[in-house]
Amino acid sequence: MLRIEDIDKSFDEFMAVDGAGLTVGKGELVAVIGPNGAGKTTLFNLITGQLKPDNGKVVFMEEDITHLPPYQICKKGIARSFQIANIFPRLTVFGNVQVAVLSQQRRSNRLFRPAKNTAVEETNSILESLGLLDKARNIAGSLSHGDQRILEIAIALGNDPVLLILDEPTAGMSPEETSATMDLIKRLADMHGLTILFCEHDMDVVFGIAQSIMVMHQGRTLIQGSPEQVRENEEVVNAYLGGE
Amino acid sequence: MFRRIINWKSFWLLLAIFIVLLILPPIIPRFYVYIIALMFVTGLLAMSLNMVVGHGGMFQFHHAAFYGVSAYTLALILTKTSLPMWVGFAAGPLMAALVGLLIGLFCVRLTRLYFGMLQISLGSLIWAIIFRWYSFTGGDDGIHGIAMPSILSSLNSSYYFILIILVMCLIAMYLIFRSPFGTTLQAIRDNPQRCEAVGIHVRRHQLSAIVIATFFAGIAGVLFVVLERSVFPDLLFWVLSLEIFIMCLLGGWFTFLGPMLGAAITVALRTFAGIYTEYWTLILGIILILLIFFLPEGVMGYFLEKFGHHPAQVGERSSK
Repeated sequence: MLRIEDIDKSFDEFMAVDGAGLTVGKGELVAVIGPNGAGKTTLFNLITGQLKPDNGKVVFMEEDITHLPPYQICKKGIARSFQIANIFPRLTVFGNVQVAVLSQQRRSNRLFRPAKNTAVEETNSILESLGLLDKARNIAGSLSHGDQRILEIAIALGNDPVLLILDEPTAGMSPEETSATMDLIKRLADMHGLTILFCEHDMDVVFGIAQSIMVMHQGRTLIQGSPEQVRENEEVVNAYLGGE
Repeated sequence: MFRRIINWKSFWLLLAIFIVLLILPPIIPRFYVYIIALMFVTGLLAMSLNMVVGHGGMFQFHHAAFYGVSAYTLALILTKTSLPMWVGFAAGPLMAALVGLLIGLFCVRLTRLYFGMLQISLGSLIWAIIFRWYSFTGGDDGIHGIAMPSILSSLNSSYYFILIILVMCLIAMYLIFRSPFGTTLQAIRDNPQRCEAVGIHVRRHQLSAIVIATFFAGIAGVLFVVLERSVFPDLLFWVLSLEIFIMCLLGGWFTFLGPMLGAAITVALRTFAGIYTEYWTLILGIILILLIFFLPEGVMGYFLEKFGHHPAQVGERSSK
């Protein structure tokens, strides 16, 4: 479904992503792991158009989307969350998700119809499935960190994506929150038949749920394979697991 | 539809204010009628600015340019052509929106401060043209004694005309503020990057907002001519742009009616403090400093907070 071919991105002299490759099949739950600074976030920004690659290609459903702007990539069916809570702090929780739903339904430009009567059901059902419905009227900026992270995912779901990309969905969470969030991601994948690509630097979290794992190191792809293949790969053990 | 989007308490309050404004003119001195009408016009201008600044988060630093363009368009059509009056009244706001579109096309390519700097330059260019082109615009003398239709001949009839147009504009602006378009605009203000990621064409949306806001600024420009019967280059001088920016700040960026209140306070201050001292801006400056320290959400924001509505909740306030 998604194929990344030999992609490069440098900032000044520093090669943040250096010939990385990745394939995601339909319905798969794929994880990208690697230490801090391995280029995971940069890779995601290249996929969704926040950054433009120097070389290489991003192919989604047999279509080259490498040079499209972010809003068009989103219209193709790729939605994402961000590593740092990237929400609309002055809007309500409801409003945050509604903005994405309105955009998905191409109703963002309606001028004289009250927004509160538009796209209400869709928005509420997303909030309900993520357990945010009772906080719908709260101002997003006042939510706890953990709830803001969940809201982050809710906004991405508002676009009704085919492929959901989550950039460290559990960053800054306690161990309990982390495992709850991972359960949630797994449930989403099962329930909506979503294809999910996410990244994480905590390996234990990943091996439990991912069907395919790509390991990044210094901007390069070390290996992509099943959890067993990755665990047994010598290069990964040396570079990343530190020969434990 | 209306039943579901208004808060009854504020509705009755606003209706009461409207009725008071309707019965005032015959019973108060002419001078006050004029001042209140001036508050309406300035308030509408500030409201239109707040649409892009407070709700859209864009640095619209030279909004008065569009106000002036509209006022001049009307004045020139009425004095230099024999076209019917209504053509001038329609052409003013349309011309303002057209200039808004042209300037906006360049500005939305830039972000924040650069947006503001470019707009000041382009707006000042229009000011310079009008200021210098004596044979066409009258230069710094402006155009005076513009004849109005007989229905608007007295001050009181102008007052009622301005009031009715103002109320219509405010209703339209409120509907836009609460519409999907308005919600999306506020989301762009909060986080443009995220908006792109949820599939919103941010620049196009911002440009639409600029065009709508400059259209309303144009309506304010037309109302100014109705009230004053004259135009002069100060209407598009950057100082006025700064003044209406302060009105938005004074009233409260993130509230809907805040700028209206800010305009009323500023006009009142200029009129009544101006009687005692020509340095009335000094008083405005002191008020502004106090405001930033004690009422960072503006006067309207403060009252909404005090009476149970946190300003940040304005977007969803009426649903309670």
